Amino acid sequence: MRIMIGKIGEWFDHRLQLAAPIREAAEHPVPRNTASWFYVFGSAALTVFLLQLVTGILLALIYVPSAGEAWSSLQALNHQVALGWFIRAMHGWGSNFMVAIVLIHMVQVFLFGAHKFPRELTWVIGVFLLLMTLGMAFSGQVLRFDQDAYWGLGIGASIASRVPIIGPFVVKLMLGGPIIAGATLSRFFALHVFVIPGMLIAFVGLHLLMVLKLGINEWPMPGRIVKRATYEREYHALTRQEGAPFVPYAIWKDLFFAAFIILAIAACASYFGPFGPTGQPDPTIIQTAPKPDYFFLWLYALLSLLPPSMETPFLLIAPPVAILALILLPFLSGEGEKSWKRRPIAVLTVMLIAITLGTFTRLAQFAPWSPKMNAWSGDPVPDRFVHGTTALERQGALVFQVKQCRNCHSLGETGGKRGPSLDAVAVRLTQDQLIRQVIQGGGNMPAYGKNLSPAETTALVAFLETLHPPGQVPARDASRDLALGESSQKSPGTQQ
Amino acid sequence: MSTKPVLAPSSDATVSRRGFFMTLGILFNGFAAMVLAVPVVGFLLSSVTRGRASGYLSWVPLGPVSDFPEGETRLATFRNPYVMPTDGKTVDTACWVRRIAGDQFQVFAINCAHLGCPVRWFQQSGLFMCPCHGGAYYRDGSRASGPPERGLFEYPYKVENGLVTIQAGELPTPGAAIASLTGEKPPCAS
Repeated sequence: MRIMIGKIGEWFDHRLQLAAPIREAAEHPVPRNTASWFYVFGSAALTVFLLQLVTGILLALIYVPSAGEAWSSLQALNHQVALGWFIRAMHGWGSNFMVAIVLIHMVQVFLFGAHKFPRELTWVIGVFLLLMTLGMAFSGQVLRFDQDAYWGLGIGASIASRVPIIGPFVVKLMLGGPIIAGATLSRFFALHVFVIPGMLIAFVGLHLLMVLKLGINEWPMPGRIVKRATYEREYHALTRQEGAPFVPYAIWKDLFFAAFIILAIAACASYFGPFGPTGQPDPTIIQTAPKPDYFFLWLYALLSLLPPSMETPFLLIAPPVAILALILLPFLSGEGEKSWKRRPIAVLTVMLIAITLGTFTRLAQFAPWSPKMNAWSGDPVPDRFVHGTTALERQGALVFQVKQCRNCHSLGETGGKRGPSLDAVAVRLTQDQLIRQVIQGGGNMPAYGKNLSPAETTALVAFLETLHPPGQVPARDASRDLALGESSQKSPGTQQ
Repeated sequence: MSTKPVLAPSSDATVSRRGFFMTLGILFNGFAAMVLAVPVVGFLLSSVTRGRASGYLSWVPLGPVSDFPEGETRLATFRNPYVMPTDGKTVDTACWVRRIAGDQFQVFAINCAHLGCPVRWFQQSGLFMCPCHGGAYYRDGSRASGPPERGLFEYPYKVENGLVTIQAGELPTPGAAIASLTGEKPPCAS
């Protein structure tokens, strides 16, 4: 039997002549200390990419890339086709894992100085792979053609339209027509299924080829300086003296981690299930608050928090600058120390970016900048705020509710968080300041002058004046006491 | 692995017969690529060129004037004039119709002038609010607060045979250089 298999193998290899180069690649010597758990993220990214290819093809067996039917075909996958939900969940969780692993891989490569000479091009191609991964993430979200996808495309179009001069044409090119419709989904399908994966396969191939040709980055030692003139000689000496064949010396950790990642994705998929689809992509259903997928939440936060005038310049300038900086990085710091222990600025930069992105992502999960659209009808004023109040003040509480103030202002932890909480507003603003703020607005609050009758304003302000903690006196205008006498303002003493 | 070139390409300045034909072959392929590029690029850019030539905009009715009580703002829907067979529900578009008085209207796009999310009208406070990044607009569409840099997009409208009709057909975006969406005065209000 064994001889038989051997003979068949020989027959194929006589024609393919692949055994020798494969063996050579597998057994190429790598520095011993690179057989480390820190070096498994690249192969993990490749593993998840292959998983995405397989689950993506499986989804394509059922999915219909038509604006009229995509949503129902996803419903069929979720509910009708056996284990369709699981394949969808694997693909969705796979994409989250892929973005995360690619970023971790990138951080590891950067901190270990692996982007330095002679691996600059490997890094540059890695940057393109990151961009393509993000492109896959966005286009994948579009293919889940639901409300979030529909309005997410609108956000993409709005951003694209701000490019000077060619903006409107870019929008039509992106949407495949004048509006978000069938042609839009079809072209994102083509991007997600043919164009970007094709480029990914080609670039991953190049990336891997260069890892093989140039060798795996040695473990960075503080004080071991990279110099263009001597590095390659030193590296070859290192692998000759204390190298070990990649297979099986280093690969077993990659194999373990690959299996672990696949199982982790499967565990998330089976426990949390697939993502969406949310509501139907029907633009006449406007009761929706679209939110991007996890990996773009930071952008969602940024677009809410930037000053309006800075937004367009930032959107148009920052991404090209960031990409250019990433591409130029290995050329600007192609030599010198590799170890993170001797590169404090590198470590601080990574920490700063990670903390910034993490903070924005966390904020975007709460989205305090979004008005709570149903608070005025859904979250009543907690009764402790109207307990023991006068008829006028209760009328004011009603005005407060009916005029949708609650959509942006919280009382007792319920309601919107767009504006400040009003639990203790009377301590901050005097009666006059309250009236002016309500009528004229300002500081990001609309003016309500035209929508409140004088009686409503009086009642509302009377209610707002009761909003102070029991032990604290409300703010009062001392000059008014002098000018008009003590009786012109409610005496704070009577409140306590 | 052991394939040796049978005929070494001539490296000196003289052009060999085969070298000349190879150059000619490359040029011929370049010509073929150019011929092919014209329809390919034309096809790829069709969504842009179509918009420039005959345009996507046309007049669509929203409903009889009586559907819109004076002094109120109501949601109306219309079917986008440019339709492809696979569009499904995506061609149904919503907009806010404000009837000021008589035949005086304002028709606002549903899309926030910030990033295009659907704004909602709140009758009681007289505000449009956006659920995404918190943009707010007054009843006349002007900016009240939040990240938008301008008021709501307005469709040009006219009242014809008792029908409120708007000129629509394109997704309104902040950068759109279309006169109809730059908040111009309505062309007529007969």
